Amino acid sequence: MLSLIVFLPIIAFAAILLGAPARLTAIGAAALNLVLGLIAAATWQNASLWSSSVSVLEKPALNLAFGFTDGMSAIMVLLSVIVTLAAVLSGKSPEGKEKLYFGSSLLISGGALGAFAATDLFFFFAFHELALIPTFLMIGMLGRGNRHEAAWKITIYLGLGSMVLLAGLVWLANLTGTFNMVEMVNRASSVDAASQKGIAALLIIGFGTLVSLFPLHSWAAPAYASAPAPVAMLHAGVLKKFGLYGILRLAIPLVPDGLAFWLTPLLVMLLGNILWVGLITISQKRLDRMLGNSSVMHMGYIFLAIAALIASPDNPLARSAAIVLMFAHGISIAMLFGLADRIERNTGSLDLQDLGGLAKSAPSLAFMFGIAAMASIGLPGLANFSGEILVFLSAFATYDGSSGFSPVQITCILAIWGVVISAVYMLRAYRNIFHGPTVQATQAAADLTLADRIPALILVIALFAVGLYPNLILNLLK
Amino acid sequence: MPAYYLEALTVTLGIALLMAEAFCSCKGKAWVGLSAVVGLAIILVLTFTAIGPSSKPDAAWAAWPLWNFYQFDNLARFYKIFALLTTILVLLLAVDYRKILARFTESPDSEAGTGEFYALPIFACAGMMWLASAKDLAGAFVALELVTVTFYILVAYMRRNVGSLEAGVKYLILGALSTGFLVYGIAWVYGSTGTMNLAELANFKLGQTNPTPLLFGIALVMVGLGFKIGAVPMQVWIPDVYQGAPTPTTAFLSVGSKAAGFILTIRFLEPFLANETTRGPIVAMLSILACATLLFGNLAAIPQTNFKRLLAYSSIAHAGFLILALAAWAPETASSEGSVKVVSFYLATYLLMTLGTFFVLAQVRIQRDGENVADFNGLGKTNPKLAIALTVLLAALAGVPLTAGFIGKFMVFSLAVQAGLWWGVGIAFVAAAAGFYYYFKVIRAIWWMDPANGENAIVLPRISKICIGVLTTAVLVIGIWPQPIWALLR
Repeated sequence: MLSLIVFLPIIAFAAILLGAPARLTAIGAAALNLVLGLIAAATWQNASLWSSSVSVLEKPALNLAFGFTDGMSAIMVLLSVIVTLAAVLSGKSPEGKEKLYFGSSLLISGGALGAFAATDLFFFFAFHELALIPTFLMIGMLGRGNRHEAAWKITIYLGLGSMVLLAGLVWLANLTGTFNMVEMVNRASSVDAASQKGIAALLIIGFGTLVSLFPLHSWAAPAYASAPAPVAMLHAGVLKKFGLYGILRLAIPLVPDGLAFWLTPLLVMLLGNILWVGLITISQKRLDRMLGNSSVMHMGYIFLAIAALIASPDNPLARSAAIVLMFAHGISIAMLFGLADRIERNTGSLDLQDLGGLAKSAPSLAFMFGIAAMASIGLPGLANFSGEILVFLSAFATYDGSSGFSPVQITCILAIWGVVISAVYMLRAYRNIFHGPTVQATQAAADLTLADRIPALILVIALFAVGLYPNLILNLLK
Repeated sequence: MPAYYLEALTVTLGIALLMAEAFCSCKGKAWVGLSAVVGLAIILVLTFTAIGPSSKPDAAWAAWPLWNFYQFDNLARFYKIFALLTTILVLLLAVDYRKILARFTESPDSEAGTGEFYALPIFACAGMMWLASAKDLAGAFVALELVTVTFYILVAYMRRNVGSLEAGVKYLILGALSTGFLVYGIAWVYGSTGTMNLAELANFKLGQTNPTPLLFGIALVMVGLGFKIGAVPMQVWIPDVYQGAPTPTTAFLSVGSKAAGFILTIRFLEPFLANETTRGPIVAMLSILACATLLFGNLAAIPQTNFKRLLAYSSIAHAGFLILALAAWAPETASSEGSVKVVSFYLATYLLMTLGTFFVLAQVRIQRDGENVADFNGLGKTNPKLAIALTVLLAALAGVPLTAGFIGKFMVFSLAVQAGLWWGVGIAFVAAAAGFYYYFKVIRAIWWMDPANGENAIVLPRISKICIGVLTTAVLVIGIWPQPIWALLR
């Protein structure tokens, strides 16, 4: 059944290539996938219903195998299907490019789903690559602004990052002697201490590049700023989580000592994400670049939870914290990118200087954007708050008054300032766009139509649901 | 049917077509190519019914001394199919390329001088098929020369094109040089072992004798073979010859000639790699060759702007991966396919991707009159479907997952990791990353650049259209379901 969820977007892509109406097919496939994804989240424990495996190579044994290893896979699949539907609903294709526009979006979605659902290392990696290629092509072809440069940059960065990652994965597979990810974790003891350091370094750099970990992040902001809306939503919201998912799924159980060895550099890097990139975000003058940078910045928090997990592997909160925040960030950033695209279409600009008073002409756009911005800051009641509070708690879960603060806790204290930074740039952007005197661009700007509200509403429901009742997600992890 | 019928039939087909072409007064020559394709396709089907002496020991032919020079096993069958398939595709490519051929042989409106171009590849094919079955170094040498001499003509075929002539001279001189090395090496091997028969070499015990003369001979043979497979530092001819030769010849060189070189390398090295005394030095030599080839091929490809030349470097780069698989020598076991099969599998995927790319290149060459990467600008706008196919093929060459190219590279990496060739693995990763860069440079040109003013859509002739479609689909299918190729290898 899980293979159905994975292949549905890919089949829809093929159908679009062969001449099916692009937008309708995309929406239909995404809606069907959302239904399947919700069913999957409810019943993921039923392995016989969801798992499947087809032999591809005999020596070494490779299987095209899908299944829910644990609740984390189910949550990521759920995130993917929600964002996919929102992305295809809110995207507006340039004239005559519908096939490319919606087809590629579906392909990205299929690749992401495949990566999260795969239980075989080979396909875990392969599906992610499958999703990257349409991402590159779409940014280069249909992006805005300086799109060729941005697209080439993301191609080179992520291409090289994937190579480093592949080196680490091949090394791991060689030591454990299998490509089955569950089996690999069972054989964790066969990864010796010396190899752990090397593999951990490769995985941090490889996955880190994919997640835009400081200082490997410089591809992200220009790429998101240039990307067409569905690509930005799908990549920042879903595909980027592949790196974090990979660290939690493979690196933490297989090379814990290696990661612990690199903990201090990792802490410095994630602080770079939160504080350095945070300050860069404040200085941005365009909304799209600001959102791109803010998405890089928030990766720091998830890495903080991962660092807490590395520092004390039996930390009860850290893993859930990371996963909840991954989900919350995926939803909120997708919503922000979707609405930013809407602002640009309705006003013709994303430059913060050129906008103002949009709330008068487009009140419901202002309302929706406000919710997303608040979520992104981490206002209580919205999903990101649940995630961030869990992250900070997890850093202090092992606090022991007698020995003072550990490095992770010191990092956490510094990282909390990031919340202030987010508040500064988000509120400033909100004020510049929606409040103040109306300018020419915003005077006659259209508001969200009824159809436009649907994708935003889907995401808002998800944000509130997890924000008010985080157990929806946490229960899946038990 | 005894297996040697296949070569006999192929040669007969070639002679018959040459004769028919010489005595027929028809203007067009495409029929020569098409009838060659039909003939070779029939032989391809017959390959599956061919048997060796072990399957029918009481037949009269099974006792012939021919079998001292000629063997027939699954590997031989695989490489015969490989040679036939390559030749068929190259001939189809040549048929669609005939406008350019005519322009540079007689005159643009007369195909009179192009007939032999369709018949000669058949002889090269016969040579490759014989190589696949070679059991004796003397026989292998003759077969290899049949291939090489045919290529001397094919490379220089466009006699009114300076590039083609220059390529022909370069290929001739360096080819003759490498032949010298090969013969000299075979002489040293014979001198130190007393036999040229590969089966006897396998049983040869070095004992107390000094292995140096034998190793010297092996090294000389590898210089000669390195020329054929494009191993650094014997690769110098490749870029110029590939760029200058007619595109069908280039495709044939980069797939057929390379595969023939590899099957001979495998057959020649197999007995020595099984021998404890000689294995160490040979593996060391292969590792150095592999690293040098991987680095040179991939790094030198980065600044190329001519697409055909880029493919030449890419063929060197792929040779590097193949040599790495040989350097990580592993016999077939329960958990590993072994080097021989991995190399063969890689070559099969390489055939699909490379020939597909050459089909596209040939049509761009004809219709946009250029072979530079810039001539592919805006292909995504003018010919979206062709652009998607080329993207898939290039992504496969780069080794992107879910394409045939990745499975081949993946298996090479697994072998190298199992053999503990860490330097090789590291360099192969650098090489793969560089490959990703230069193939994507072409993909970038296809999709992101705007077509030059007034550029028309490329109209694909029917044969090219079918071939590109089939090859692209095969690259994708083999990427998730490689069993058909393994079935041939077992």
